[in-house]
Amino acid sequence: MSKINSVAELKAFRENCKKELDSQAKKILVCAGTGCIAGGSLNIYNKLVELCEQRGLNIQVSLKNHVDHPVGAKKTGCNGFCELGPLVRIDPQGWLYTKVKVEDCEEIVEKSIMNGELIQRLVYVQNVDYAVQEQIPFYKKQTRIVFENCGHIDSEDVCEYIARGGYEALEKALFEMSGEEIVNEITESGLRGRGGGGFPAGKKWSQVARQTNFPKYVVCNGDEGDPGAFMDRSVMEGNPHSMIEGMIIAGVATGATEGYIYVRAEYPLAVARLQLAIKQAVELGLLGDNILGSGKSFNLHINRGAGAFVCGEGSALTASIEGKRGMPRTKPPRTVENGLFDKPTVLNNVETFANVSLIINKGSAWFKSIGTETSSGTKAFALTGNVNNTGLIEVPMGTTLREIIFEIGGGVRNGGEFKAVQIGGPSGGCLTKEHLDLPLDFDSLSKAGAIIGSGGLVVMDNNTCMVEVARFFMDFTQKESCGKCVPCREGTKRMLEILNRIVDGQGRDGDIEMLKELGETISKTALCGLGKTAAGPVLSTIKYFEDEYRAHIYDKKCPAGACQKLKTIWIDPELCKGCSKCARNCPVGAIKGEIKKPFVIDNDKCIKCGACLSSCAFKAIKEI
Amino acid sequence: MSEYMIIDGIKVEIEGEKNILELARKAGIEIPAFCYDPELSIYGACRMCMFEDEKGRFDASCSCKPRDGMIIKTNTPRLRKYRKMILELLLANHCRDCTTCHMNGKCRLQEFAYKFNIEDVRFPNNLTVSTADNSSYSIVRVASKCILCGKCVRMCNEIQSVGAIDYAFRGSNMKISTVYDDDIAKSPCVGCGQCAAVCPTGAITIRDCADKVWNAIGDTDVEVSVQVAPAVRVALGTEFGFPEGTNVMGKLTTALKEMGFDKVYDTNISADLTIVEEANEFVNRVKNGGKLPMFTSCCPAWIRFAEETYPDLLDNISTCKSPMEMLGATVKAMYKGEKKHVHVAIMPCAAKKDEAKREKFAGAVDFVISTQEAIRMIKEHGIHFEYLPETTPDNPFEEYTGASVIFGASGGVMEAALRTAVETITGEKLNDVEFKAVRGMEGVKEAEYDVAGLKVKVAAVSGLKNAREVCDKVRKGEVDYKFIEIMSCPGGCINGGGQPFVDAFTRSDIDYKGLRAKGLYDDDQNKSNRKSHDNKAVKALYDNFLGEVGGHKAHELLHTHYEPKKKN
Repeated sequence: MSKINSVAELKAFRENCKKELDSQAKKILVCAGTGCIAGGSLNIYNKLVELCEQRGLNIQVSLKNHVDHPVGAKKTGCNGFCELGPLVRIDPQGWLYTKVKVEDCEEIVEKSIMNGELIQRLVYVQNVDYAVQEQIPFYKKQTRIVFENCGHIDSEDVCEYIARGGYEALEKALFEMSGEEIVNEITESGLRGRGGGGFPAGKKWSQVARQTNFPKYVVCNGDEGDPGAFMDRSVMEGNPHSMIEGMIIAGVATGATEGYIYVRAEYPLAVARLQLAIKQAVELGLLGDNILGSGKSFNLHINRGAGAFVCGEGSALTASIEGKRGMPRTKPPRTVENGLFDKPTVLNNVETFANVSLIINKGSAWFKSIGTETSSGTKAFALTGNVNNTGLIEVPMGTTLREIIFEIGGGVRNGGEFKAVQIGGPSGGCLTKEHLDLPLDFDSLSKAGAIIGSGGLVVMDNNTCMVEVARFFMDFTQKESCGKCVPCREGTKRMLEILNRIVDGQGRDGDIEMLKELGETISKTALCGLGKTAAGPVLSTIKYFEDEYRAHIYDKKCPAGACQKLKTIWIDPELCKGCSKCARNCPVGAIKGEIKKPFVIDNDKCIKCGACLSSCAFKAIKEI
Repeated sequence: MSEYMIIDGIKVEIEGEKNILELARKAGIEIPAFCYDPELSIYGACRMCMFEDEKGRFDASCSCKPRDGMIIKTNTPRLRKYRKMILELLLANHCRDCTTCHMNGKCRLQEFAYKFNIEDVRFPNNLTVSTADNSSYSIVRVASKCILCGKCVRMCNEIQSVGAIDYAFRGSNMKISTVYDDDIAKSPCVGCGQCAAVCPTGAITIRDCADKVWNAIGDTDVEVSVQVAPAVRVALGTEFGFPEGTNVMGKLTTALKEMGFDKVYDTNISADLTIVEEANEFVNRVKNGGKLPMFTSCCPAWIRFAEETYPDLLDNISTCKSPMEMLGATVKAMYKGEKKHVHVAIMPCAAKKDEAKREKFAGAVDFVISTQEAIRMIKEHGIHFEYLPETTPDNPFEEYTGASVIFGASGGVMEAALRTAVETITGEKLNDVEFKAVRGMEGVKEAEYDVAGLKVKVAAVSGLKNAREVCDKVRKGEVDYKFIEIMSCPGGCINGGGQPFVDAFTRSDIDYKGLRAKGLYDDDQNKSNRKSHDNKAVKALYDNFLGEVGGHKAHELLHTHYEPKKKN
């Protein structure tokens, strides 16, 4: 690829790319997100290309290799419906094939590509068949603007991004708008940081633009560490140029000339795709010196995190880039004045940057038309847990939990009863039935004592123990605390200690009060966001499910029946044949009895290891 | 227009205070803190110094800048609750053997536990037992007493640029560690003891050897002599109710005799001896084209630092032993008695303990005790120090000049050397002996003197980070100093690691370094004899024992050499 030196050249280049893309009458889109790749989607892709070639189809794997009457084959970014992967989409029909195997490839090529026939058995079924992707309830209720291109374009080909209007916003930002106008447009749009805090992006940018201390930096936070969250990963893998374009625009708007993308090292595919995307952008002159002949420069670097959750916190992240221990520092000074290398820094997360080009292209009014009054635009969520359709979704801000869980998510799995949803990961809190109609936006959630966070949504049914949920998140936070400030370092350790003993059946009178006291101290006094929110899951589960805590502590019972140590194991004398196998398998000698007579378990001795359960051939041993 | 804040109902004018904690102190309110030290960067980890604003929001007063119109409270029911919880959490994870702790009575955690009335620690103490790191002759580290306030790390890195310790691991596994968690003796630690000087608990203390000294004193077959360094006399008195900087050498001499030391000598005389030798060496280097700039060699932490970091500059360091080692060697060589002779040195310094163990010095000084240990020994002996009569040290080492006593303050060695060198080079009597440009507490002090037509540019440096900067410039040839004094501790020996513990708040309230230095400069000013080479006792020593200045015997007893430290 040769360097593009002007807007006119870029426009011509785009026209060419578009022509190539439009000439592909048929397209095979194989999902190459991390989930589908793990399911073997790359083998499927290779097989499909091979089969097409064998059958003499003019397969075009890259827009650069012109062929006549082509069939386009693409490795796309994540489609979000990871549970049903590997996914293959057939265009122009828009069919989505789920759980595709290599053995299905021949049929796909023969029937769907060559003859335009639908393969019924690969189609998604939710009560009825849904052949077309957009008709599937999971997608129908979504508003995919950030993820619009994910799943539709080849994530490794800049030409496809450009063909679909990519870098048009950059053209506008460079040649039609002043820095101030860009900042104003972002401010007008009401875009708020998608990383958790919800700070208005425009305000942040204007604060950096105001600084006179050069050089300035643009840093993208791609250290997505919440358990189960993968929104940012999907953007980095599926449409890396959208966030790169957003970062360049942020640089142009604020006068920053250097950018860093901080990606967690656990995202190797995201790193590889970003590296490739940066290489392509540099080759085309979209990054580097004198971008498109504008005289403006922007260089982009990738920094890999070493695996600390706390490095998602702004000041720990910049410290980590600088090569220091990833540990948050006190504020002020704030990142906008004194960020990376002590210079003014725009720090936003991946999803935030991915929104920027959309706003510049379509205008702040369009953006504001989506979402709510104070939270405009959409939000991506990672929907997981006991819900029928798990995966990555994007909905307008203000969508209710009910819509997400019951319409997009298809309701609670196995017909279970909805109990709660954990939102915002280890920093968030739980929402219950009473919140089902609560609009999910920054302010409503904050009022309910939860946060959007980075967007994890874990759905829980009646079989989920809320104390265990709190314990799980506290275990995570405690391990991920950097250790700097006393309340977080020592306090989370003690909270975990208490929670551990409660689920172990050793809870004591006063434990709930102590958890609250510790939680309040940590929330109010911790140094950074991680610490301040660390107690969230515990405090909110106590708030809504205190009776469950009490049952564990006082009755030594787990109402959800989930806590192993609180189960009573019992041998049904009706079913027991007295074979003694369980007694022989018991590591602590808790089972006694006479051969051919029913055996009995001494529950004081029993350590609830479950060895007897799996050893019984007559299903006589039961947990209650 | 003046700006004001209201702190606990008191209207306080903001006059450039860097944080609310300092502003509150001005209003007479001490907000509790562990990790704050005015001389170090803001760390904000202990969270004790939180305040509550009118809207019920909390922030840390160490990191929050005062703003006009702010109304805050520093002690509310909620703040008290949080502080007590923080203390409880710290105590739950802390070795609580207060009675056998070196910092008993001086520990900040102990003090706060008392002040905040912590009656019960509701969490189990599941502290994993950690043994002390006794590998260094200078300091002792006990991890189980560490509250991770990070002062030692900041001191070692920010002020000293040594970087022997840093944080390792995360969460509740976090600890202060050397590289690879090795013994401190295997680290680049230079033994300056500044980490111990800022440690609010007993996690890092100066290694104690008072018992061995008592045993020597108690042994009737042993003659025990002791020398007292200049900086000790202006710091020791504070522990007995004297104002900071009071010179208590006379009382100290009496006390040491009462305690059973057979002879009490003054290190000052060997400071004079050092100057005579060092000025001679300097003049030789200037005249004979020797390596310049010449660095002073009195400070053992600096020597260790140079051996570790600047092996290429070792030939630039004066070969003179430190005054302590000069006196030790001379005293031992001149001793004619029958009994075994043990020589003890009372030093403001932690690194001197390590210096005394250097093979080259062959145990001339048997034990080094810090000012802190001397204080404890006096107290242990039950001496009412404040009522003691004053006596003078023993012959033949009792006479000293004003030049020697100022060794204890940064710039003092340089000034003393200049007094002698200038007279030696010009051959004329020096009337104004005060070289004030090298005095004061700044880290790097420069001056240029015209000595018989020769421009002599000198620098007096304290704090090893400053030393590193100057050494780097020397390496690159960016500076044309002829003579450089380096002291590892900021302000010189008066602020040595072995001096009485000054807590963080006192550090910001009074200029204890300046007061101690003043005590020394006052002594200098009151002396009729202010030049080392005019010291009659020193002259007699050369005439009767050492022979020529820079001569064979002097070289044997008073000089040394340096070797680059092998990296582990």
